[in-house]
Formats: sequence, C-alpha cells, structure tokens
Amino acid sequence: MIRKSFAEHIKELEKEVTVMGEMVVAAINRSIEALKARNVAEGKQIINDDALINKKRWDIEEKCINLIATQQPVASDLREIVAVLCVVTELERMGDYAEGIGKIVVMLGTEPLVKPLVDIPQMADIGVNMLKRSIDAFLRRDAEAAKAICAEDDEVDLLHEQVYRELLSYMIEDPKTITRATYLIWAAHNLERIADRVTNICERTIFLVTGTMTEVNVSRY
Amino acid sequence: MELVPKIETVGLNLYYGDFLALKGINMKIPGQNITAIVGPSGCGKSTLLRCFNRMNDLIEHTKVEGKIVIDGLNILEPDTDLISLRKKVGMVFQRPNVFDLSIYNNLKFGLRIHRMLDGKDEIIQSIRGGLEQVGLWQELKDKLGNNARTLMLEQQQRLCIARVLILKPDIILLDEPCSALDPIATLRIEELLQALKQEYTLVIVTHNMQQAARASDYTGFMYLGELVEFGQTNQVFTNPKQELTENYISGHFG
Repeated sequence: MIRKSFAEHIKELEKEVTVMGEMVVAAINRSIEALKARNVAEGKQIINDDALINKKRWDIEEKCINLIATQQPVASDLREIVAVLCVVTELERMGDYAEGIGKIVVMLGTEPLVKPLVDIPQMADIGVNMLKRSIDAFLRRDAEAAKAICAEDDEVDLLHEQVYRELLSYMIEDPKTITRATYLIWAAHNLERIADRVTNICERTIFLVTGTMTEVNVSRY
Repeated sequence: MELVPKIETVGLNLYYGDFLALKGINMKIPGQNITAIVGPSGCGKSTLLRCFNRMNDLIEHTKVEGKIVIDGLNILEPDTDLISLRKKVGMVFQRPNVFDLSIYNNLKFGLRIHRMLDGKDEIIQSIRGGLEQVGLWQELKDKLGNNARTLMLEQQQRLCIARVLILKPDIILLDEPCSALDPIATLRIEELLQALKQEYTLVIVTHNMQQAARASDYTGFMYLGELVEFGQTNQVFTNPKQELTENYISGHFG
C-alpha cells in the first residue's frame, strides 16, 4: 500500500460509520423499549437525541467531500466513498424512523395498548440484527453476506402484513381503538422501512465489491 | 484558535529590477504543518519560497520591502546571519541536486560546511539518522561509498531531503520536489513529507494542484504576484472564498 495516509483516512471513515450504526441501533432499541414500557419521557428523549445522529451524518458527509476534493480517489477508493455517502443517508433515515416511534410513544401516552406487543418487538429484533450485520458486511466488503441479509427482509414484510391485518380487525370490531391501532400500524410501518433500508446498505456493499449497482429485492406488487 | 505562525510575511514586496514580482504579501504559515503554494507559472510562488531563506539575495537587482518574521525575528534585517538562517531553513529543489560525490560525502558536506560534527562516529550516527528519516538506510547502508548520481531519481530526491534534515533545520522549503518523479515516486515522497511534518514546518511550491490538495494542510493561491487566498486546504479545495481561486483550482483558467 503506497498511500498510507489515504488508507488511514478511509479507516477513520469506516470507524465513523461503525459509530453511527451503533447510534442508530441504540435509537431503534430504545424506541421499542420505550413503547413496551410506555415511557413518555424516554420517547421525548429519543426525539431529541436524533439530532446527534443527524450531526454525525453531516460530519461523515463533510469528511467524504473533503476526501473527494483533496485525495482524488478513483476505482474502489471512489466507490467506497460514494458508498459511505449512501450508507450514512440510509442510517440517518433509519434514525428518523426510530424518532418516529419515539413520537408515537409520546402520542400514545399512557393509554392502554389495543393488543399486547409481540410482532412489533420481533420486527425490531430482526431489523436490528439485519442492520448490525449489514454494516459488518459493508466494512468487510462481503457481498455474499450482504445478499443473504437482503433475503431476510421478507420475514419483516410478512410480520408487517400480519400486524396490519390484525390491527385492522381490532379497528373493525371496535372503532374506539382506531387512533391507538393506527399508531401501532405506524410503528410497524417504520420498522418495515428500517429493514428495507438495510437492504439498500447491502446493495451498496455489492456495488462496492463488484462495481455494479443491482437491486436485490424487487417489490412483489 | 489562532495558531502562532512559524513564518509570517508582512507587506512583502519584491522587485526584480523594476518588475514588482511580489505584491504586498501578508501570510501566516503555521508550524509543524505542510503549507502548499499554488498558482500559474510566473505568479511568484517560487520567488516567495526563496524569500524564506533569502535565496533571492543571490540574484542581482532584487529589492525586498516589508517583513519576514521567523520565530519572532525579522530575517530581512541586514544583520541576519545567512549561514545559520539557511541551516535553519533548508531547501529541496525541483531536480535532485546531488553532488558528484559518494552518498556518504553528499551527506557529510553540509555537516562540514556548518562545522557541526567532528568525530567520525558522530558523523556516521548523524548520516544514519538522516537516511533513516527518509527511509533509505536499509537500502543504502552498504553502499555509502557509491556515487550518489548512480541512484534512482526518487532515491536522489530522498537523499537531498536527508542532506537537509541532518543539519537539523526547523523549516524545509520544497520547490516542485516531485516534478522530476513518476506518480508512484511522487506519492511516496508525499508520504515522507507527511511523516516529517510531525517535527518540521514544510512549505511546498507546486504547480500540481492535486498534489497540493492531497499533501498539504494549508494552501495559498497566488496570482500575478499577489496572494489571492490562504486557508486550510480542505476549505480552499471545497469552498474557496475567492472566485479567482475557484476558477483556477477547477481548471477554468491557468
């Protein structure tokens, strides 16, 4: 390796992506815990803390821009920086989804839930697990692992549909539950989006390794 | 945070005869950093660099006005000791200017001129230190008697840097140090400069914009004898303050 200092810049960038990933994982986990515990104060805190994730994204973006402007990256070096720019955008949006669940926690207040939380925490577990491994695959440049993670998105989609159908039946049965059930549908939708954005990170990993952009999960509709 | 400048020029004018080559340059160069000076040919960047160790004194009919303050002292004062100034402010040139002597004698040359060391062991230690700093010791330790001109260009340029380093300078001026080298050798020299900035203040003149962007912490852009812009390299190359700088670094003229 000739350009040691450039390699160090890239390493630093990767470390930042790892940190940002951990921040988003923590935000999602906290949002689900707050939903389960009906912890309004924590919901508000999650909303506030999203600003830190946003700031991290801008910081990383600035570093990428500086590297492009000053280091003239080409080939896989350039792909890596472009991929990092895309990955942090996905992570930032996932942070917004966690923040969205925080808002739902605040809006639900202490009213009783229309149903026990089973599928929603499970969606979060699967999503968080996919997210952690997708960042790991990205940093290891493991296109095969990235492809495998994309396949798991179906599981989250199925749970999402299940939650939707179930809550719909609650609403039909008792229109008084409509507001609260809608909030939960919204939370489930946020988690579905998180898993979907994980697949975008995986697509970037494949792009980084192969140089070709492919859409791994094609919508079934 | 305002950095204490290692080199500061105040209203620096330089005339070659009647021609005003540097026009009121005000510049603060921070210590232990790499500062690049860029600009089109003839803009005065090499002239400015040569002011920092008063190399322009060697050119007839030059006149200098203003101040150049290095570590708090105005080096344009007439009582400045030029020998010790040039020891403190070393210089590396465009083409490696090794002497037609052995590697050993090339390095010993400066030590002798400056009467720095006497004992043979001390000299050897010093030469070894210099060659280690530029990453040549392993390659050359058994060939110190060979003529320096037999080395590859990149090695010659490294040797020139070592020759400066063993005089224990504070500041190293580099005038297009990579223009005679291929791109790979260029990157390796840049890596060396990165390592050296921990201990030294480096000022590099280059017409290679990419090199300035890659290898420096601060960049000054000169045009027609004026310093148009000076700032952190990241800022100059991502968001220059002057339109002239923007046009030049993006290749719209020059």
